[in-house]
Amino acid sequence: MNIIRIAISELIGMFIDDGSLAAFSLILVIVVAGAVKLFALPPLIGGLLLLLGCLAILVYSVRRAVKR
Amino acid sequence: MNSLTPILSTITASFLGSFVEVVEAFTIVLAVGVTRSWRPALTGAVLALAVLAALVLIFGPLLALVPITILQFVVGVLLILFGMRWLRKAILRSLGVIALHDEEAAFSKETAALRQQSGDRRADYLAGLASFKAVLLEGVEVVFIVIAVGGAHGLTLYAALGALAAFILVMLIGLLVHRPLATVPENTLKFVVGLMLTSFGIFWTGEGIGADWPGADLALIAIFAIVALASFAIIRSLRGSVGKPTAKAAQ
Repeated sequence: MNIIRIAISELIGMFIDDGSLAAFSLILVIVVAGAVKLFALPPLIGGLLLLLGCLAILVYSVRRAVKR
Repeated sequence: MNSLTPILSTITASFLGSFVEVVEAFTIVLAVGVTRSWRPALTGAVLALAVLAALVLIFGPLLALVPITILQFVVGVLLILFGMRWLRKAILRSLGVIALHDEEAAFSKETAALRQQSGDRRADYLAGLASFKAVLLEGVEVVFIVIAVGGAHGLTLYAALGALAAFILVMLIGLLVHRPLATVPENTLKFVVGLMLTSFGIFWTGEGIGADWPGADLALIAIFAIVALASFAIIRSLRGSVGKPTAKAAQ
């Protein structure tokens, strides 16, 4: 059971390290996907927003870690 | 060119990502083999590879049942999370904010732990378990990289070939030098892999929401270039403000 627990936590750790990085990334994806599907935002604009959003989140996350 | 781009980038991303993971697993297996004996080391490693093969055989065919746009979206989001995590860590390591991963240190730590257990009657079992755990955990990451990098475009075979090439190369180098691959510039590899996985993630999530990227697959190269330039800009702008590297414990 222990090995399964370790494997599961390792699996989660593959995607989530800094909690806010993962949370902001997910929020970005949900907002962009929602805007495309519900508010008819052109999908390409959505893709570009994803690109810019990811870079903004990366800058924020790195700056925060440097300050800590 | 259009069809060659995703194939080459898939093989490269899978190769580089898997290379890092295989080095980490190999270090532990080598520590077990050298400290205890090769029997538990190889038994643990082979058992873990069998479990991994079973996982791939069970879950691999299920992927074919998922509609391609949903698969692209889900895999894309997971790749964004996975890639950004690697990229952030690689940037922080190159800034000196967190310590570089040291395979030599990992080897010494594992060796010391195994020596402490050598008086234990279950020493062989514990050594085999250490080898099993290392190969299984790093192997799960390799499986994910192969499925994620290859799955969304039906290029799983190419991704698997990239991972296999990494496995063979690490084994060959390891057998030749017979010590942990401490000289592998892991942070550089992680930086490149982070860039590639993040780019794949943005590309596929975009395709998953219906975006027709200009230039089709070639857009992947443009996205990679933009993410790379932004990452270098982050490092450049923050290098001055970090000051003297005070390598904190590796996260």
